[in-house]
Amino acid sequence: MTAAIGRPLDRVDGRAKVTGAGRYSAEIALPGLAHAVLVTSRVPSGRVELIDTYDAERAEGVLAVLHHLNLPKGGSVPPLLPSLFGGPASGQTFFPMQDEVIHYAGQHLAMVVAETLDQAEHAARLVRVTCRETASVTTVEQGRDRAYEAEKIFAGFIPGRVARGDVAAALDRAQVTVENTYHCAANHHNPIECSATTAVWEGDRLTLYDATQGPNATLHTVAELLNVMPSHIRVVTDHVGGSFGCKAMIWDHPALAALAARAVHRPVRLALSREQMFSSVGHREEQEQHLTLGADRDGRLTAIRHHKLSPTSHFDDWAEPSLGVASQMYACPNYEGVYRLIKANTMTPTFTRCPGEASGMFVMETAMDELAAKLDLDPLELRLRNYAENEPMSGHPWSSKGLRDCYRRGAELARWSERDPRPGVTRDGNWLLGWGMASSGYPVTPPGNPQRARARIFADGSAVVQSSFSDIGTGSATAMTQVAADGLGVPLERMRVQYGDSDLPNTAAAVGSAGAGMVSAAVHIAATALRDQLIAQAVADEHSPLHGADPAQVVVSDGRMALRDRPDTGETYAELLQRAMMADAEALGTWIPPGLDTPYGTMTFGAQFAQVAVDPELGLCRVRQLIGVFDPGRVLNRKTAHSQLMGGMLWGMSHALLEGTIMGPDGRWANASLGEYLVPVNADAPDVVIETIETVDTVVNPLGVKGVGEVGMVGTAAAIANAIWHATGRRHHRLPITVEDLL
Amino acid sequence: MVASRLPDAVQGPGPVDVVLNVNGATHVVRIEPRVSLLDCLRDHMNLTGAKKGCNQGACGACTVWVDKRRVVACLTLAIACEGRDITTIEGMAVDGSLHPMQKAFLSEDAFQCGYCTPGQIMSAVALLAEGHAGSDAEIGEWMSGNICRCAAYPNIRTAIRDVRDGVGGVRKDATR
Repeated sequence: MTAAIGRPLDRVDGRAKVTGAGRYSAEIALPGLAHAVLVTSRVPSGRVELIDTYDAERAEGVLAVLHHLNLPKGGSVPPLLPSLFGGPASGQTFFPMQDEVIHYAGQHLAMVVAETLDQAEHAARLVRVTCRETASVTTVEQGRDRAYEAEKIFAGFIPGRVARGDVAAALDRAQVTVENTYHCAANHHNPIECSATTAVWEGDRLTLYDATQGPNATLHTVAELLNVMPSHIRVVTDHVGGSFGCKAMIWDHPALAALAARAVHRPVRLALSREQMFSSVGHREEQEQHLTLGADRDGRLTAIRHHKLSPTSHFDDWAEPSLGVASQMYACPNYEGVYRLIKANTMTPTFTRCPGEASGMFVMETAMDELAAKLDLDPLELRLRNYAENEPMSGHPWSSKGLRDCYRRGAELARWSERDPRPGVTRDGNWLLGWGMASSGYPVTPPGNPQRARARIFADGSAVVQSSFSDIGTGSATAMTQVAADGLGVPLERMRVQYGDSDLPNTAAAVGSAGAGMVSAAVHIAATALRDQLIAQAVADEHSPLHGADPAQVVVSDGRMALRDRPDTGETYAELLQRAMMADAEALGTWIPPGLDTPYGTMTFGAQFAQVAVDPELGLCRVRQLIGVFDPGRVLNRKTAHSQLMGGMLWGMSHALLEGTIMGPDGRWANASLGEYLVPVNADAPDVVIETIETVDTVVNPLGVKGVGEVGMVGTAAAIANAIWHATGRRHHRLPITVEDLL
Repeated sequence: MVASRLPDAVQGPGPVDVVLNVNGATHVVRIEPRVSLLDCLRDHMNLTGAKKGCNQGACGACTVWVDKRRVVACLTLAIACEGRDITTIEGMAVDGSLHPMQKAFLSEDAFQCGYCTPGQIMSAVALLAEGHAGSDAEIGEWMSGNICRCAAYPNIRTAIRDVRDGVGGVRKDATR
């Protein structure tokens, strides 16, 4: 069955990308295109007292200056719902330029539309905004005293407090405890393509070229914001220059682009600047976590108490679910998890690659390493002693779990047993060397609505599969070509994929590592439905060599239907269609996802190992090698899947050692540029060894795809921090770990 | 390098005619002197292969060649490039046949979202000509002006090694 699935096929969109021919959302050439530029707040809290647009309006080329006094009002702000649900997915329940109140620095206050980008940028600088600033809170430290326990977080889907057993009593009785406070800096996604929308009205119909993880998420959100019928909006997303979560939810700029285009009766492009990317599309919130582990002398966990404190916006109770996977990783009878929030003058935080799992598992896996050291146990052995045979919160069985194999293979690749386990004793010249490990896990979450795809074959035997999903660099377009080719039984060269367009059959946004699983389900069902339809036509056709055959005994490969036990008897799809004078045939495939109440724990697991070299006199840390072994279910394309896992692990390295957005004393992000917000460059990135262990999963979706987009990042930061401890004997509880920390 | 003409005593601030040689063809564009080479290529010449990632010279997505040297087009004024040879990613494939570096990026999966890729490839080809591809460490150092947020860096190094060693971009199968 799987001639194409799994193969390391080159990306189908690769040629467009290496030649520069592929068009991203800010690159659509349109006659009469005008450019919009945003004017943003320099203060984190207060009121706009005056917007003076006199000079801006008279500047060369300016078509309009829009702000809260003249922006046409539209519909309403939809509730904050994750875009995986498939409907409106507003990043925050706030839409700017509706009144004079300033909630956060960088808030969009005005928009200048001009003939050229340079003219719009110049005129934006001529808009003079007078504000009355009021007191603000922007950090954990400033807001600690006013923190409150959240009733629910994450759009209301996750309770603010979860408990099982009796943690207090278990901690009293614990023979060993480990307790620490951890701090993780805020992070910004910073895909190299800044968010951009090009809006075109034709009468009352709107086309948006939008950089989004979900064309339908953009469609439904803008429909509500502007009070336009969804049927009148089309969202096109040919290529997306990375997202990492900042294009997962829909922020205000697509609707603002549409409003600007309506105001000037021209197509309008609104592209955010790099600085604006730090205060327009959400972020991973700054956070403090407090974790207490209790265990017996054999290292068996008896209690986990995990609390998190983080700032959210004035409008939404949002925290990334940092306690989630950390609560599911190990068997432990007593657990307490609590989210506490601070209302702050920031945007609503949002999904950032590994939203919660990266920060929560840094904390859990660092603590497990400390516990192992305290007990004089091998860190890997400690994990095996606490291996969760069932999902610990519900007691349900796992849909699949290959973690033991991941540990074993990872340890083998890392030659784990050959290291000297004592900290601070292994040297290479001036460098202290250390090895660390950690567990990985990322949940498999079904989308909230049916996923669809259409398969169509032509009389020459070539075929196309169509679905609305966008490929943000994951390789989904390539993988779906493979799934469709196998499902229909045609060679890869004859299968084309069409995607990135809300006019095509519905999919939810490709978020939460769920894209490959849910879209492959729809594509597989569509392609096999078309195959079955053509087989049925053949066996009913008295001119077909397959006439009268049992459809179940007909197999297809290379575009030819034949009897399973008599391969000589058969015909090609092309012969069948041409004889019937049919130019084409098509089928729609619909996948109804399992509900959230499916009685299984569903997760992609993995094991990570890191080797670091630390120069204690210079405070340098160099990651020499990263090794990751994962169990993502079925792998649709080995090449692109491994690339995603590798990218995730390097994101984990970056989380550990580089990334942190710093809040300035003026309530603004102080390092809002790619020069000052550190991300890895080529010289920072070590070689990464990736292996996948293919587990069979019959629960999550038809092809058993668990996902690879994020799990690569889970645990990497802990593996590196643990390796630094092994190298130096020092623990680190703050991310990122900087030169100053290492000195 | 001789400019094709002496600059006028005063040009701008309004639009002026600027003559640019891009990928071997001569173009006349009417732009304000403040327009960067990047915006000129993207918005005035419809050559969007060079990407805008930061507009501050920090990310390298806009890397093009001016007289065979790699420059960040966002910090270069278009008008200052008169009389010089500008090469962009659109000039790398000849008659539809990919440059070996483009082939190697494809076969080694040296990109994911593809947005930094034109800049990476322009840097990578220049790097070989500069003689800065002796070792992985040297490649890493001299490619560090081009940020890949998807972090395809190990595969980028492999692609460059492939071309350096004459093995990349010529293999027909897609396997690694």
